[in-house]
Amino acid sequence: MRSGTLWKLVGIAALCVVCAVVIYKLPMNLGLDLRGGTRMVLEARDTDTVKADEDAVARAKEVIERRVNQLGVSEPAIYRQGAKRIVVELAGVKDPQRAREVIGRTAQLEFRDEQGNVIMTGSDLKNATAGSDEYGRPAVHFELTSEGAKKFEKATRENIGRPISIYLDQELLSSPVVQSVIRDKGQITGIGSMDKAKDLSMMLRAGALPVPLDLLHSEVLEPTLGQESIDQSKVAAVIGAGLVVLFMLAVYRLPGIMADIALGVYGLIVLAALAVIHAVLTLPGIAGLILSVGMAVDANVIIFERIKEEMRGGKRLRAAIDAGFTRAFGCILDSNVTTLITAAVLYVYGTGAVRGFAVTLGLGIVASMFTAIVVTRVLITAVVDRNPERYARYFGA
Amino acid sequence: MNIIGKRRLFLAISGILVACSLIALLARGLNLGVDFTGGSLLRLRFERPVTALEVSQALTSSELADMELRDAVVQPISGTNDVQIRAQVAGRPLSDDQVGRVVSVLTQKIGKVSIIESQMVEGVIGRELLNRALTAVLLSWIGIIIYVSVRFELKFAVASVLALVHDTLIVLGAFAILGRQVNSPFIAAVLTIIGYSINDTIVIFDKIRENLRLRKKETLEELTNKSILQTMTRSLNTVITTLLAVFALYFFGGDTIKDFSLALIIGLVAGTYSSIFIASPIWLEWRMWERARQQRRIAAASRAKQPGPAKAR
Repeated sequence: MRSGTLWKLVGIAALCVVCAVVIYKLPMNLGLDLRGGTRMVLEARDTDTVKADEDAVARAKEVIERRVNQLGVSEPAIYRQGAKRIVVELAGVKDPQRAREVIGRTAQLEFRDEQGNVIMTGSDLKNATAGSDEYGRPAVHFELTSEGAKKFEKATRENIGRPISIYLDQELLSSPVVQSVIRDKGQITGIGSMDKAKDLSMMLRAGALPVPLDLLHSEVLEPTLGQESIDQSKVAAVIGAGLVVLFMLAVYRLPGIMADIALGVYGLIVLAALAVIHAVLTLPGIAGLILSVGMAVDANVIIFERIKEEMRGGKRLRAAIDAGFTRAFGCILDSNVTTLITAAVLYVYGTGAVRGFAVTLGLGIVASMFTAIVVTRVLITAVVDRNPERYARYFGA
Repeated sequence: MNIIGKRRLFLAISGILVACSLIALLARGLNLGVDFTGGSLLRLRFERPVTALEVSQALTSSELADMELRDAVVQPISGTNDVQIRAQVAGRPLSDDQVGRVVSVLTQKIGKVSIIESQMVEGVIGRELLNRALTAVLLSWIGIIIYVSVRFELKFAVASVLALVHDTLIVLGAFAILGRQVNSPFIAAVLTIIGYSINDTIVIFDKIRENLRLRKKETLEELTNKSILQTMTRSLNTVITTLLAVFALYFFGGDTIKDFSLALIIGLVAGTYSSIFIASPIWLEWRMWERARQQRRIAAASRAKQPGPAKAR
């Protein structure tokens, strides 16, 4: 073996080790179709009093961020899209349906007197906690800011013996009759369940949305379904890759083995790259990976056919290998760049899961060019250089 | 094997397939998923196997009469106790309350049930998504035309894109005939097919280009035919390895990915066929037509300039 080839082999082995460590150490960032979770597209709507302008949408986004924090989601993605839209992606949230309800709700709390005049709103609250009232019914206990306390004191003084109604998003929760003057504390009943009390207190702590948000699109997926998809994809990946490996072995024999090894290296590189760039792996993304295994050997097929052709043309094995790799390069490059163009278009125009597919497809193409051209060549050279004449017949010319 | 000699036959076969696809598309239309039409999609898990009929009957029962769920599409998911429902109420997705009512009626009539996946899409978003999908397909065609024009020549580019249009139409037509759902992953599949099929075509064009450089005394037809045959093993081996992977996805990848895989299978076969039998013949026809026109022009020009015996050239 030439020492150059030896060093290249060492380099490839080192690359594999690094990739393996990366895959082992860095967690894979799974999309919500694999982990379960929710994705929402919300659009701010003008009301009679508030316009859904830049400022209102920005504040709405902040409120959503606070609510998501309260839900305890590890890595939420909350971003704006266009002028009036906010996209919320919560992968791995335990109860996606509940998260959806909590986030999209305006949570405009209003206290009104008998005439319907607004006494104070949720923004006068300093703190809110879930609990129960003296009869054990679910309730939200609240504390008021100093300004809110002034308003409430005045209102309760004026309305003794009469009801004050509490509305959440224009929906009546309860109408307790004022018994005495209240200053800075109170409770809201008529909430329904303890879970709802918890959600309401959480929304009150995070604040109300400045403008109502319409839910234009939502996806909610239970984690169990995601786990099933992962299990099924693993089976498909093993069987798909296994069939490709066997096919290459059966058709191309010795170089086929090298292509199979290169395919293994390819798998390591793609998975490590996905982990490093922190790409979100989605179900179509995994499909893209499995598909790319089939496509990854394409470059090798082109090269091996070229080598056969060169040998039929009278070249000896060593020269045919060099010519095969060199001449096949232009063809491989052209055919892969066009696939990259479609992957790029998919990335720009796709959303969610489709974008994940574009990422794995694009990464797969680049990685497969490297392994098929560089890795396979080093492996073949390493074996063949030991005795070129002996190995010639294994190339099937 | 003389593929080029029979090129008119292959072009006719493709013409018929494309015509059938267009008719199917116009007559049956595509079964668009909720991500394009707007509406609700629910995947429900029961504790025992259920039939579509049972669920449909529950949905159209008197308790839910006001929601008018007659047009709801109910599809049991094979190998599971799951059922997928696609529905709209007055052209809009179901509200949370409406979903709650559906679940309680199903629980009461069929048995315990839980929602494991739900999607709701307002029509606005659906139309946007559809526009984006169409733009994406068109953009990828334009991108490929530009790249191939730069690397090869315009005639190759147009021929390869015509082959892509052919592949795309056949996949769409097949989905219209089979009534399978067309959703966002389907668009991803179509774009993958576009990327894949162009890949195949370019390998053949690359060979034609190379043979043109080394050209001896053969005719253009012979040269094109030779190029196709020289790349045939490669074309077949590549589609076989890719199909092996995609079939694994189709049979083992789970239900969510089945339609996606089916689109890929149809597209890969169509793509390989068009690369071998359609793209090169189109290029050849064009090139020969252009050559004939040039010769006529030269002949006409030389007649105009020099009456009398033609100059040897």
